[in-house]
Amino acid sequence: MQSQIVTHAPAVRTYRDSRTRIVSALGPSTSVGGVLWAIVQPYRVTLLHPHHQGVWWLIAEPPLLVIAAGIMFSLLIARPLLADLQGDHGAA
Amino acid sequence: MEPHSEMVHWFFATGFLLLGLILLSQAIVGEEVWALRRWRVYLWPSIAFGLGIVMWPVMTFFTNSAIHMVAHGAWAQALMGAGAAELGLVHGKLHSRWWRLATPIGILVSGVAFLVHEQNTWYFARSAFLHHLIGWTLVAGALLPLGRALRPRSAAFQSGFALLFVVVAVMLYCDRDLAPVFGHLSPLAGVPHR
Repeated sequence: MQSQIVTHAPAVRTYRDSRTRIVSALGPSTSVGGVLWAIVQPYRVTLLHPHHQGVWWLIAEPPLLVIAAGIMFSLLIARPLLADLQGDHGAA
Repeated sequence: MEPHSEMVHWFFATGFLLLGLILLSQAIVGEEVWALRRWRVYLWPSIAFGLGIVMWPVMTFFTNSAIHMVAHGAWAQALMGAGAAELGLVHGKLHSRWWRLATPIGILVSGVAFLVHEQNTWYFARSAFLHHLIGWTLVAGALLPLGRALRPRSAAFQSGFALLFVVVAVMLYCDRDLAPVFGHLSPLAGVPHR
């Protein structure tokens, strides 16, 4: 019996699980950062007081840009990456 | 109708934040998993090249002095050069590993561009402070892509390079056209508008 393979497998799985957890947390934690920023500095969210604002003030709202970056990363980058990571995990 | 200068900084901050997240996830999963989908290896060089392209309109429409024009023009070329070199490497058109030095050179030129086109002192206003801080951060941070070019498999250099973009993004988000920094605002700077 090759006992070394059996004893090393959990360690490898734990390492890959931790990578999966970190990658899946990157996007949501970025978006949460944006939400917290909007709560701390609500005057930087022009949508909360949109009247008589120019178009650029309605587009350029830093906390919302951070939230959007987190969502974009989660959907476009992290989701396919996690699928590949889990596929690689299953193959190993 | 042009956006305010501070808004341009925030848009670039969003691009830098995305770039940082992409590079960080690449450093976490490793090259083998990252390259399982071919489009992913082109991702960060394309974004760097794209940021260089959109720096040209910044040079054109936000130039209030000759030094601004030169700095933004040099910056656009450095970003495009770094992105193009990385694209050439991942596509297999370029083979020498020395092409990887285009990225640290690009970061160094970016830092110098920040420092050169800010002619006010650190505590003149928040934007002046941040331009000095970002400039020196990029000048020192150029060591990270240099280390990454010399030791491509080093997780420390890869993660450090990714976090450099995240840190610069945070600084860019803090930028305002006219605001105090740590209670300091030169009377020559004018009155904060919002």
